[in-house]
Amino acid sequence: MSAVPTTVAAPGASILRPRRGTGARRFRSGLATTLIVLAFVVALVPLVAVVWYVTKQGLKVFSWTFLTTDLPFSTRSVEGGMGPAVVGTIVITLGATAMAVPLGVLGGIYLNEYGGRSRFASLVRFLSEVLTGVPSIVMGLFVYTFWVLRVKEQTGFAGALALACLMLPVVIRTSEEMLRLVPHELREGSLALGSRQSRTIRTVVLPHAAPGIVSGSLLAVARAAGETAPLLFTIGAIQTANWSLFSGTNTALSTQIFGNANSPFLPAQDRAFGAAFTLILIVFVATALARVVTILYTRRTSGAS
Amino acid sequence: MTDMMAATPAETTIADVTDPGPGDSSVPPEPTGPVRENVFVLDGVEVRYSGVRAVTGVDLDIARNEITAFIGPSGCGKTTVLRSLNRMHDLTRGAEVLGSITYHGENLYGPKVDPAEVRRRIGMVFQKPNPFPKSIYDNIAYGPRINGTRKRAVLDDIVEHALTRAALWGEVKDKLKSSALSLSGGQAQRLCIARSLAVEPDVLLMDEPCSALDPIATARIEDLMEELKEDLTIVIVTHNMQQAARVSDRTAFYTAEADEHGRRVGRLVEYDVTETIFTKPSDPRTEGYITGRFG
Repeated sequence: MSAVPTTVAAPGASILRPRRGTGARRFRSGLATTLIVLAFVVALVPLVAVVWYVTKQGLKVFSWTFLTTDLPFSTRSVEGGMGPAVVGTIVITLGATAMAVPLGVLGGIYLNEYGGRSRFASLVRFLSEVLTGVPSIVMGLFVYTFWVLRVKEQTGFAGALALACLMLPVVIRTSEEMLRLVPHELREGSLALGSRQSRTIRTVVLPHAAPGIVSGSLLAVARAAGETAPLLFTIGAIQTANWSLFSGTNTALSTQIFGNANSPFLPAQDRAFGAAFTLILIVFVATALARVVTILYTRRTSGAS
Repeated sequence: MTDMMAATPAETTIADVTDPGPGDSSVPPEPTGPVRENVFVLDGVEVRYSGVRAVTGVDLDIARNEITAFIGPSGCGKTTVLRSLNRMHDLTRGAEVLGSITYHGENLYGPKVDPAEVRRRIGMVFQKPNPFPKSIYDNIAYGPRINGTRKRAVLDDIVEHALTRAALWGEVKDKLKSSALSLSGGQAQRLCIARSLAVEPDVLLMDEPCSALDPIATARIEDLMEELKEDLTIVIVTHNMQQAARVSDRTAFYTAEADEHGRRVGRLVEYDVTETIFTKPSDPRTEGYITGRFG
């Protein structure tokens, strides 16, 4: 009568862990957790190391004067700052962003909203992927031969052009991906109210995808701000600040880092670290700023209080 | 656009309707009370996706100020037919609508027809409530704004009127500025109905509007439909036969059957006054479905 078979599914079966095998299972679980945490730490090491070391070295020379003073005429001298390079990086990166982001977002809109799986859209998608794989130095040489040699002048604009070519495929791709994540129901909801496709895209689809597109574009901007190779042939060199994108040679933090770090003189190497720290700072501030703007913008359109 | 505006609701097409279509989907001339005025007349409608037939042989007439229900098992093409009524298929690559669909006597797929204007007049409520990630107010005002209404006072009136008609005003009047995403499922669906009503549509297409809602929210929507049909024509797709029996004036039963190639194709089996469909259907397949023997 009391011989109730003790199967797992028996109504009175315990929900506690079975005693047998518990040790081994616990061990495996612990091991897996440890390995994952370890992998995380290992992945974090280079990031922390780079930021820490650059900050430590950079702060030695970093100051307001460093940010605003002209470059020294001799790499050996201790004085001088990175003023022209800061100006150049801002001007060139903004120029590149102004060209690549609108074009890239429009490209993403075409690919996801209009092109779909059509032959032309597939071609555009393929070419954009190819463009992603082009080495940045090649992009610099391309702009050098097709633009600089033609207008016979190295300018910030030429550098911006090269950076824009690098950013474009990244922006296209992120935009397309982000637009694809917009729920189809929202599009249909808008169209079912008699909205045209262009209007639906402007008022429903884009605001929904905006945070993702901004993040993706920022990654592209940050990458572009740090690119050296495309600028080497295109922007020339200058000792004083040049706020003009279209006339006169320019300089940038990345090329200054490259030049100064290659120098055997310690003051130059310090300046390279200072410039590297400045670059990280600029990218960080730009990213934070864009985040805040996106959050405010999304909050306004989504009507959340 | 102005073509369609100028068109008078054409009684001329009624003549076509009394002509029983070929095949098994006979439409018995069944006048209920006053003369029925047809909003839609479907004749031999077939919808294909990338050349593959999804539903075929649909002959229907949908009358003004009535609720017409489409019922049938999954994959029978009822939603597909519904979406052909406001040209939603235009947005699906590879979808084509064959046969003829007239709307107030005009060819819905005519070359001069503006699909955006069609969709403004023939609103749609979807299975899943799909409020825009905007404020409640901006959701309702979205449609009127598309049509060029900018004045704040006018928009305020439209929003209040639409929300009142959708029986949601009392619940949201103090939080019009908060996000529509904060509403419950039933409220969100009524918001979507209000959003459709705000553009003063002539027809409301509802694609399983209650399938994501609890019975209380469902009852509210059903009451709402009953009120709305005073001014509107409603076509509803539902999986819930009791719902069809409760709310609709006419019911169309669809089913999916294998064609000569073994592909399952949706077909209209029977279309009649709802009571007839549920009490003495003329087709054994309809009877089988409503008594729960298949599907």
